[in-house]
Amino acid sequence: MRVTVIDYKAGNLTSVLKALRHLGAEPIVTDSDLALVTAAERIVLPGVGHFQATERLDRTGLTGAIRAAVARSVPFLGICVGMQWLFAGSTEAPQQPGLAAFPESCTRFPERHEKVPHVGWNSLDVRPASRLLAGVAPGAFVYFTHSYKASVTADTAAVTTYIEPFAAAVERANLFGVQFHPEKSGDTGLKILRNFLAVPAEAAC
Amino acid sequence: MLTKRIIACLDVHAGRVVKGVQFVDIIDAGDPAELAARHAREGADEIVLLDITATHEGRATLLDTVRRAAKELFVPFCVGGGIRTARDAEQVFDAGADKVSVNSAAIADPALITAIGSSFGAQAVVVAIDARRDPAAADPIRDAQVLVQGGRKVTGRRVVEWAREAEQRGAGEILLTSMDADGTRAGFDCELTAAVSQAVSIPVIASGGAGTVAHFTDVFIRGKADAALAASIFHFGVTSSRALKAELARAGIPVRLPC
Repeated sequence: MRVTVIDYKAGNLTSVLKALRHLGAEPIVTDSDLALVTAAERIVLPGVGHFQATERLDRTGLTGAIRAAVARSVPFLGICVGMQWLFAGSTEAPQQPGLAAFPESCTRFPERHEKVPHVGWNSLDVRPASRLLAGVAPGAFVYFTHSYKASVTADTAAVTTYIEPFAAAVERANLFGVQFHPEKSGDTGLKILRNFLAVPAEAAC
Repeated sequence: MLTKRIIACLDVHAGRVVKGVQFVDIIDAGDPAELAARHAREGADEIVLLDITATHEGRATLLDTVRRAAKELFVPFCVGGGIRTARDAEQVFDAGADKVSVNSAAIADPALITAIGSSFGAQAVVVAIDARRDPAAADPIRDAQVLVQGGRKVTGRRVVEWAREAEQRGAGEILLTSMDADGTRAGFDCELTAAVSQAVSIPVIASGGAGTVAHFTDVFIRGKADAALAASIFHFGVTSSRALKAELARAGIPVRLPC
């Protein structure tokens, strides 16, 4: 199965590609070739680092190509900053818009006595209807590394608590996002990626 | 709940995992790729591979080792030893590492931290600090010394201050090794670890001195460590990271279980 992986020069793609190949997928990487997005069967937007880095998607025209692809029901998975990009924006880079598929904005964890960033393995409280997280055991652990997060809404597929509850995963029709790194989350993470690869392309409603 | 991480550490020399007591009596302990996979299977939350050869000739061997170890590894994987430039770091990332650890090179050129972080993200830069208490100082802990070259050379920098600077320059984590405690198996330096952990907002990984399961409990509670390095887990009277974590869970420490 072919998966178009978007490279927007924010960090390292190696781990995501490795995990997809391990699951039998055939990742195709693009940093500017809009035709690869237009023809995509499935799209993964990885990402670590700063929300501002997503500006490159606008500059290269990838934002428009991805918007068109998801409008015709291509399954899309955003990881970390890639998930945050599905929202209207982030206070990390207030001038930089996201895709705005979800209307809220991502915000920094509030300053309390806990450390920010949130780094390490934390547990998932999975909402029962989630297709992305189907079969993930209650309380399963996944690996996070981030300072900004999305609030819990009706589109939240899993909740994690650090300082306060936040959206560890979002899901609506063909759009999926995970704040954690499934490619670094052991068997649980591989299961989640496998679920994404199994989402039928015509499942969108 | 965010859990405390147990990190398995592999010291690698010329492409093989080695074990030794303070760099003497080094014995061959196996293939890095096989051991990394085994540690991940046995419950380690993360794998650190430290290249103790770190010679120019050894680089190609190291990259090959990293590539093989990373291939089937789906937990965070950090590589250190001999990373002197952003280009060195890039090669290690391309080979499959998620994080690099920099030590002497960051002391020599602190801008290296920023250079790696701006290309690969702060989460990918671990600054390793070899620390020794300074008994002559007014506050032996706050004024603990930063050492380099495997603890042989004093740098004139103070540990807490350097940890703060590393954070400001874009480090994602601190790997703190107590040279006083290292090799003693008498416990981590909890006071020093707590001083560093409270001085920064990024995670601090404690290293050096573990001898029993209780030492880990101690460094998580008193030492306020976010993670602890288990260099040779079999020395602690447990058979795996999973067994260590089961004991920690019994002591009330949040850990990733089942794993």
